Amino acid sequence: MAIDREQLLHVARLARLELHEEEVDRLGAQLNDILGAVSKVAELDLSDVPPTSHPLDVVNVWAADEPRASLPVEEALANAPERDGAYFKVPPGGS
Amino acid sequence: MIDTLRLTAEEAARLVEAKEISGAELYAAYRAAIDERDPELHCYLHVCDDEGGEGLPIALKDVIGTKGIPTTAGSKILEGYVPVYDSTVASRCRASGLRILGKTNTDEFAMGSSTENSAFGPTKNPWDPSRVPGGSGGGSAAAVAAGLAPWALGSDTGGSIKQPAALCGNVGLRPTYGTVSRYGVVAFASSLDQVGPVARNVRDCALLYSIIAGRDPCDSTTVELPAAVELPDGDSLAGVRVGVPREFNEHEAIEPGVREAVQRAIELCRELGADVGECSLPHSVEYGMPCYYLIAPAEASSNLARYDGVRFGYRSPAGRDRLEMYERTRDEGFGDEPKRRIMVGTYALSAGYYDAYYGQAQKVRTVLIREHAAAFERFDVLVSPTSPTVAFEFGARTANPLAMYLSDLLTIPSCMAGLPGLNVPCGLSAGLPVGLQLIGPQFSENTLFRIGYALEQAIGFDPVPGRLAS
Repeated sequence: MAIDREQLLHVARLARLELHEEEVDRLGAQLNDILGAVSKVAELDLSDVPPTSHPLDVVNVWAADEPRASLPVEEALANAPERDGAYFKVPPGGS
Repeated sequence: MIDTLRLTAEEAARLVEAKEISGAELYAAYRAAIDERDPELHCYLHVCDDEGGEGLPIALKDVIGTKGIPTTAGSKILEGYVPVYDSTVASRCRASGLRILGKTNTDEFAMGSSTENSAFGPTKNPWDPSRVPGGSGGGSAAAVAAGLAPWALGSDTGGSIKQPAALCGNVGLRPTYGTVSRYGVVAFASSLDQVGPVARNVRDCALLYSIIAGRDPCDSTTVELPAAVELPDGDSLAGVRVGVPREFNEHEAIEPGVREAVQRAIELCRELGADVGECSLPHSVEYGMPCYYLIAPAEASSNLARYDGVRFGYRSPAGRDRLEMYERTRDEGFGDEPKRRIMVGTYALSAGYYDAYYGQAQKVRTVLIREHAAAFERFDVLVSPTSPTVAFEFGARTANPLAMYLSDLLTIPSCMAGLPGLNVPCGLSAGLPVGLQLIGPQFSENTLFRIGYALEQAIGFDPVPGRLAS
């Protein structure tokens, strides 16, 4: 199953990646090679096989609901590219 | 004079305990070795200063979060990031007195098999600097091989501890999924990622595993070890049932020199008293790689969504609005391999393709788990080469991502099944180390250490790279 230029740009947009022209050509060809190789999983008839999402038999791990101190604001903001008081600051709009 | 090339962690601890050397002298010896050899090898992305104490030094792969010490995961998008809290494995190391020497190089976000995907340049193999050390944890493996750390921690998603250990001639354990906390470790593929030890021999590897393993309330996927870690000391394999899966030992990608060294190790198992038998895992090698390269990128595309230039890490100055800021930040901050995996993962998870790709890969994962479980009804351990080849030359696999992915052909299947795997050096091929992979059932680390130790004694591999020995 080949992925065309339009699909590639759509997936990039979903992943919030801006790709340059040069990247569209190069990554596009590589992605098609990779998807070709991984499509091999379709060869097997696995209609009766359940999926595995996690390799251990661990279900519903509960923790006691005990309040404790969270990260102080100054530490939480210590690595912020830009801040405004106690807030992370981002450019406006664009969603 | 402390010979960091030959000193084991166990012996170093004994020397400090007996007050024959001080903790400061020990740390200084490794720092001097780093100053001497790391300009050539580039094992470290960041080197620390001695904070004092008598504990052993340790190197940590740079995906392991360390409070107050830069943590980049080999990515430009985390350049300058300094965690405000310790990962659980880092705090366990510190609590047992270990002192951090520095942070070791890795393929960006642990995605790769050679460290050539590091945004900060590759690490060189101490056995031959024209060759890769393996990856993603090439920095940790090369540091241990070159005497720039007595031991180190790595992380393994599809082979990133075992494969570099094989290519650098050291012992590396990928633990059973869930036995070591992932809290505070940069996430790649959460159902696969495991932190584990890299060491000069099997006993050191077991000792370091005992320090980091165990349930962590901060990581709900962790469990208590069913039994305490035992340091191995026996040299017999009497009664041990060793399985030799055909598909893992006869694959066409395996080099003749690797095959010969592994066959000699299997012969040694017989001589040490093991019952050796052939078996077949028909789907694990053939479908393991495609399965992994759907599930790992799918999980990665979700985990790497957090790098958006808002709360930490790199932000592009170019974005005029928020959407443009996100897109520019991620385009400029990520290298090619994370971009490829984000794209593959996003595609595999998108509406219309989910069932055919991600859903089907999850079912293949069940098949791999069942195949391994069936083999462990007959055998205590499965053996094969860790890597199909010895260390390869820089640039040999960078042009073709699929060629690089084949580096992990033999390590991937057991990772998908959550099984522990140990790399033990088993000889040289054309002067480069060959690694033997030992795979056991979940929580069989003590068995792997016992078998690995007996083989290590019988093989007598010298872990010091010839060009550094003097």
